[in-house]
Amino acid sequence: MKKLIVAPAPHAHSGDSVRKNMLLVIAALMPAYVVSVIAFGWGALLTALIAVAACVLAEWAIAKYILKQKPTICDCSAILTGLLLAFNLPCNLPWWIIVIGAIVAIGVGKMTFGGLGQNPFNPALVGRVFLLISFPVQMTTWPRPLGFATQYVDAETGATPLFMLKQMIKSGDNSMLDQMPNLWDMFRGMIGGSLGEVCAIALIIGGLFLIITRVITWHIPVSILATVALFAAVTGWCGALPEGLCTCEYVAYELLAGGMMLGAFFMATDYVTSPMVGWGKIIFGVGIGLIAMVIRTWGAYPEGMSFAILIMNATVPLLNKIRPTRFGEKKK
Amino acid sequence: MSTFKIGGVHPHDNKIYSAHQPITECPLTTKAIIPLVQHIGAPAQAVVEKGQKVKVGELIAKAGGFVSANIHAPYSGTITKIDTTIDAWGMKMPAIFMDVEGDEWLETIDRTPDVIRECNLEPKEIVDKIAAAGIVGLGGACFPTQVKLLPPPGKKAEVLVVNGVECEPYLTCDHQLMLEHGEELMIGIQILMKALGVTRTVIGIEKNKPDAIARMKELAAKVNGVEVMPLKLKYPQGGEKQLIDATIHRQVPSGALPIEVGAVVDNVATIYAVYEAVQKNKPLISRVMTVTGKSLRKPGNYMVRFGTPLTEVVELAGGVPEDTGKIIGGGPMMGRAMNNIDMPANKRTSGLLFLPENESRRQEPENCIRCGKCVSACPMGLEPYLLSKQAELEMWDEMEKHDVMDCIDCGCCLFTCPSHRPLLDYIRMGKGKVGGIIRARQMAAKAAAEAAKK
Repeated sequence: MKKLIVAPAPHAHSGDSVRKNMLLVIAALMPAYVVSVIAFGWGALLTALIAVAACVLAEWAIAKYILKQKPTICDCSAILTGLLLAFNLPCNLPWWIIVIGAIVAIGVGKMTFGGLGQNPFNPALVGRVFLLISFPVQMTTWPRPLGFATQYVDAETGATPLFMLKQMIKSGDNSMLDQMPNLWDMFRGMIGGSLGEVCAIALIIGGLFLIITRVITWHIPVSILATVALFAAVTGWCGALPEGLCTCEYVAYELLAGGMMLGAFFMATDYVTSPMVGWGKIIFGVGIGLIAMVIRTWGAYPEGMSFAILIMNATVPLLNKIRPTRFGEKKK
Repeated sequence: MSTFKIGGVHPHDNKIYSAHQPITECPLTTKAIIPLVQHIGAPAQAVVEKGQKVKVGELIAKAGGFVSANIHAPYSGTITKIDTTIDAWGMKMPAIFMDVEGDEWLETIDRTPDVIRECNLEPKEIVDKIAAAGIVGLGGACFPTQVKLLPPPGKKAEVLVVNGVECEPYLTCDHQLMLEHGEELMIGIQILMKALGVTRTVIGIEKNKPDAIARMKELAAKVNGVEVMPLKLKYPQGGEKQLIDATIHRQVPSGALPIEVGAVVDNVATIYAVYEAVQKNKPLISRVMTVTGKSLRKPGNYMVRFGTPLTEVVELAGGVPEDTGKIIGGGPMMGRAMNNIDMPANKRTSGLLFLPENESRRQEPENCIRCGKCVSACPMGLEPYLLSKQAELEMWDEMEKHDVMDCIDCGCCLFTCPSHRPLLDYIRMGKGKVGGIIRARQMAAKAAAEAAKK
């Protein structure tokens, strides 16, 4: 008889793989990307293409020539990082800024720590925040969404809803209220912003898809969104809102504006940089929600999701100390 | 529908190959080898000599301690030698070799197909009969059954939990047994209830066996205190602790036995053996085995006498398929890969599974992506990613603090890991080390206590 293969049990596998998970997340991002292309035209196509290509190339080159390892680009994680980075950029960013962002994301954010699974911070956000600090003007100038007619040079830009909300709450002056986009537009996605911020409904669909396919669990997105909603509601009840803006509207604006949905469903749930156990995930989500709202309300920036997620990323090793409930553990 | 609360996975059940195949008697062999280690605990001690003639059912080896089991002659014939044989994993073990001559049974054994319902024995007599018959847990662990029936002082059994779950993919022997011998099982259950002095029995069956659930329900309706509980599909529901949680919603604490929460668990195959021993005077000399695989010609459920070379059982099922890459003793989740099939059938062999070459190899491990899926899958609420890392780094104390000894070897972590990391391999190694450290510490403490006494 020919030689048999001998190995310890189990002899079956679920068929899950790193690549499969990455591809599912990429698939979940597609609805939002399609909306983004409809909204921003060529800019959205090119930004994503450049970001993905630069990330994959950076990972391959660093692995091969600096770390001298076998490149692991086949796991598709670099493609995902590139796509998420693009989702965090305005569509009229010069190509070389995108490339710098990609190199920082992969090089500093991921490969310095030893590649996939080792990085403490979300690589795409490391790239984005680096660009936000280095190129503040370019990073906060968003063209209006006019499809393939979008103006990229000297783009007509407008104040973002978050900026206006902040100003109104600070000054109590409600003159900007009529400039606010209506909630329905924000929901279906015809507002200015980064590639992945335009359409809340597409991001929610993608997020639900990830929860249904069990790529992510509900803990992180739900705890983030609930915290933000509660924070906004309390702000409203305390009477901090300008006249003419009711609490419900304000809560909806905070949930739909900026990177909230993208952050809650796609950035904060990154496996590598989020906690493993249910309660840890919930604390992580609550922390992100709180920090994001503190920055949005009192901070120097109108948007705080990126910073909130990065700050909470740093607490993950601590949150992973929370043990799951052991079998047979006395509940008291 | 009920199930256990923590973790678990859903492997493809692959039972269609051998499900509903009637239990077929395996033909008699000519030369039988009967291992003396067919159970957990001390090896049995041979009580026969070379050249002695034995009948089927005669005691040939006596239990070698409290936790041990008798072994009886599965064949009639002449003992040729008492020597060592090599098992399917290359380990030596003591065994009795015999030449089979005819098929002559002890006169005391009732070989008629009649179902005997009356049982007027006292609990003590029942336990003695079970011990004498060499019955062990046939679900996989092979723990001597009589030991479970004698609760330690201060502990009282309240519920008998019957394991008809068969959560291992591919295996169908328990399913078929419930279909064909439901009546005998019900009598076996009543005997065990009497022996334990309990008034309640819960039979747990996963819902992928609706006909077995229906059959057992129909029979249980006629018996007081016996309840059939259909369970959701989830592996490892057949694990003792998980099954108790699923059926009677009690969780056995870490390190404790089921009796701690008043439960005694027995597998249906074990209960059938109890029936045969108590009512028919037939010791445990055979069992139902599932022989299965995607490419096997005649997968099925076979009644095999111990000592029969597995090669003969495989011939009956159509021979080893061409594309075989791995042969597993038991199911794919917890079974052991064998390097040959020359060993004899024994109390431990619940199944033989032939996996094709393309399903036999693990994939290359990648970096851990900290997805936490192993934590969600672990039915004991452990953190496999952490334990395996600690084992890699030889952090034995940390492993003990993280409850590695609670691990039940179910394999859910490795099954679910998207990075194909060898989590359980490391944890198993760590468990061995930590177990050794704990035992050494207990020995030292005992020695110190004794020294202090003097």
